[in-house]
Amino acid sequence: MSANSMKDAILQVEHLSMKFGGLVAIGDLSFQAKRGEITALIGPNGAGKTTVFNCITGFYKPSEGMITLNGADGSSFLLERLPNHEIPARAKVARTFQNIRLFSGMTLLENLLVAQHNKLMKASGYTILGLFGIGGYRRASAESVELAKHWLEKADLVDRADDPAGDLPYGAQRRLEIARAMCTGPELLCLDEPAAGLNPKESAALNSLLMDIKSSTSILLIEHDMSVVMQISDHVVVLEYGRKISDGSPQSVRTDPRVIAAYLGVDDEEVETVLTEVGDEDVIEQLDIGPDSAHGPGTSSSYLAGPVSDTIGHSEGERVTVSKGASKAAQFDARVSAAPRKPTERATAKPAGKSPTSKPRGGRK
Amino acid sequence: MAVSVSSERDTVASPVQRAFREALYAGAISLGLFILFIGLKTDQNISNQLILAQRWGLLITVVVLTMLGRFFYIAYGQPFMANQKIADVATGLLPASVASRFFQLPAFIVAVVLAVILVAFSSALPALVGPDLAGYLQFLRALAVIYALACVIFYFRAFIHANFTKLGIAALVLYPILVVVVLSVYAWSIMGGLQGSLKWVDNYGIQILIYVMLAWGLNIVVGLAGLLDLGYVAFYAVGAYAYALLGSHYGLSFWILLPAAGAMAAFWGVLLGFPVLRLRGDYLAIVTLAFGEIIRLVLINWRDVTNGSAGVSGIPKVTFFGLMTFNSSDPNYIGKVLDIAQSSAYYKIFLYYLILALALLTAFVTTRLRRMPVGRAWEALREDEIACRSLGINTTTTKLTAFATGAMFGGFAGAFFAARQGFVSPESFVFLESAIILAIVVLGGMGSLVGIAVAALVMIGGTEALRELDFLKSIFGKDFTPELYRMLLFGMAMVIVMLWKPRGFVGSREPTAFLRERKAVSSSFTKEGHG
Ligand SMILES: Nc1ncnc2c1ncn2[C@@H]1O[C@H](COP(=O)(O)OP(=O)(O)OP(=O)(O)O)[C@@H](O)[C@H]1O
Ligand SMILES: [Mg+2]
Repeated sequence: MSANSMKDAILQVEHLSMKFGGLVAIGDLSFQAKRGEITALIGPNGAGKTTVFNCITGFYKPSEGMITLNGADGSSFLLERLPNHEIPARAKVARTFQNIRLFSGMTLLENLLVAQHNKLMKASGYTILGLFGIGGYRRASAESVELAKHWLEKADLVDRADDPAGDLPYGAQRRLEIARAMCTGPELLCLDEPAAGLNPKESAALNSLLMDIKSSTSILLIEHDMSVVMQISDHVVVLEYGRKISDGSPQSVRTDPRVIAAYLGVDDEEVETVLTEVGDEDVIEQLDIGPDSAHGPGTSSSYLAGPVSDTIGHSEGERVTVSKGASKAAQFDARVSAAPRKPTERATAKPAGKSPTSKPRGGRK
Repeated sequence: MAVSVSSERDTVASPVQRAFREALYAGAISLGLFILFIGLKTDQNISNQLILAQRWGLLITVVVLTMLGRFFYIAYGQPFMANQKIADVATGLLPASVASRFFQLPAFIVAVVLAVILVAFSSALPALVGPDLAGYLQFLRALAVIYALACVIFYFRAFIHANFTKLGIAALVLYPILVVVVLSVYAWSIMGGLQGSLKWVDNYGIQILIYVMLAWGLNIVVGLAGLLDLGYVAFYAVGAYAYALLGSHYGLSFWILLPAAGAMAAFWGVLLGFPVLRLRGDYLAIVTLAFGEIIRLVLINWRDVTNGSAGVSGIPKVTFFGLMTFNSSDPNYIGKVLDIAQSSAYYKIFLYYLILALALLTAFVTTRLRRMPVGRAWEALREDEIACRSLGINTTTTKLTAFATGAMFGGFAGAFFAARQGFVSPESFVFLESAIILAIVVLGGMGSLVGIAVAALVMIGGTEALRELDFLKSIFGKDFTPELYRMLLFGMAMVIVMLWKPRGFVGSREPTAFLRERKAVSSSFTKEGHG
């Protein structure tokens, strides 16, 4: 990697590991996100994508590894050392959640004003001056309303500015969460499955919103909806069982046999068929279209994934061990190198309550 | 058929049949509930032995009454209400049709005439009709006055609704004046009026306003930030003892010690805040509860300083901003300075305005803070703490400021309480006080200042008024003491209000900023917080 590319990487994740008891949710993961690009993080359910986000945004302290954020002004932060709330405030990383977390009892406008908390806090002299009406709080507050209005317009929500956030339809709530994250003025925006549960029209609107944001802010994106990933991302990182199995442009990733194997699940009998089929453009095309956004498990999986408390507040005692044999990509590797017809155990420890991704077999005739 | 079989039975059964069944259930349940409470009573016989007195007759009466009540409610009450749509489901208010039938001009005139006649003859009544009947007539008078007032309020309801805050403040400011004027006219002397106003200004006015202020203070912690604090009374105690000790030992003035008491309580708020910040929900509630008890036990046991359970007495009175005092022996006693007759009512009226000012300060600061970033962060914290952190809000300091601000107002109220009583002891700061304050906040609607003020009026004013219900003695016998049933009624009122309006009197939330129009946020979207 040249020194130049190191420089324009906004986020560098190096040798990141996250263990929950005996479960290795992320194992030795390294990747980069470049400034001004959309980097997609994909992988089957339970691959550890949300865990990566939680490490980046300080909700989890990684067991090992280094996460560096390089600011536009030349500053750089080691995110794993910053306290949770300083990551958005100082390192300027904003995020959304897999299951929307809005302030549902507050209006849309208020949601976006809360996002500008730190700026307004300073302007109000940490409340004291503002309480007596001294200082520039009034002006700052008017400016913050303007910024909120700007993002409400971008998210096409300005008509509902004075309604409670909990009253919005699902797709609008997703857009509002993005608008709220943007109101913190981030340099890196981390989106956890923003297209989950959207209908095709909303999904297209989301794509254009993201392309719009991309011009000013780099984006790190988790997405199951391949149409979104392939259309808008510049760079794709594929995880499976916490390990990176592929990394590159959307084109290169979609043709990577390891990725296909990971997404399809490989049975003993099928391994040769997959091997022969990967060369076949038609089949790959078919796979890439993936589950359609309306009823494919790819999208619905995010509903099944349960509340974030599931991912954020797992009980300590829960131990899930993943055997080597569980990784489809690894199975594929093994088969490429060794004799192809070896009996292998099927995935032993699927995380409970999660459905397997991307139509295992039904999708392929 | 697609119609479910079980619902068929309900539709076929007539209300009377259903009522019969329900009455049997209610009877069985009440029998089970009351058999030990009412059926048996422990007593002492002549030789001081504990014996069980059996009261089956009373038990049967209660059970039968319950069954009858249930029967009539199901058979007649429910169909009637369904016909009238008596309570509007959304607002819980009476719809105009029923209400306007209830409040009518002729009835209003009758009520006014009745009230006037009874007031005019009130002193002669016992002699005319005997004390028992006079008690009932007094009750009737009260009903007539209430009905007349309700009519007036109903007539002006739109105006009142639109200007509730202004009208409320105006009423509070005018209240002592009104009381003195009315009572002076009534007693036909200003001195008599002042003397008579003591009860109204002190027992009702000041008492209720103290609780309004405390509840508004706690509202910052519970209603806005969503942190369940069961030990709020600790800060009240800190404020009270701060003024009591510093005032009586060092002779410092109330006007210096008031901010000091607030600061001290805020300091303790932060001290409590630190260890409990990581706790949520039930755990937070338990630790704050323990904190309240610890403070009380320290007050009891640190005898050298606090004088233990005997309390601190001789706490100096508040002065009129150092210009005049309310001690009749002082040279600058208000009566001597202004050249008016001596009366203890001046002090009470002054205290009334003092606590009113303090309470309004609390309300002003709260409304102001809600429109500032801290206030919004408090509410955001109640809605979703994780989302707050993802937006760069330091949840630690946000929670601490909520604790400290709430505690500070508790401290102010405490200092005022000490000055008003002239005596403080740990007994005033028991857990029940915390529970009452919290109940007011919940009943009023978490976060709503108006709702909380109304709840304080109902709860504190109501329990005070129960002391006056002497006519009940003529129903339940001479040794019936209405005060003893205060807590029962208190609990019943809570249950009823919570059934009727689960989110309190004012469930909706006023947004702190708006782009086009201010729309209240329905309570179904707001959260209570998880601690
Ligand atoms: N706090 C935690 N404690 C224990 N295990 C956890 C915790 N958070 C995540 N895990 C586990 O780590 C693994 C990765 O979970 P993660 O939520 O990151 O997957 P994901 O890739 O986001 O999946 P999805 O596509 O379903 O959202 C899962 O096996 C999950 O059960
Ligand atoms: Mg996830």
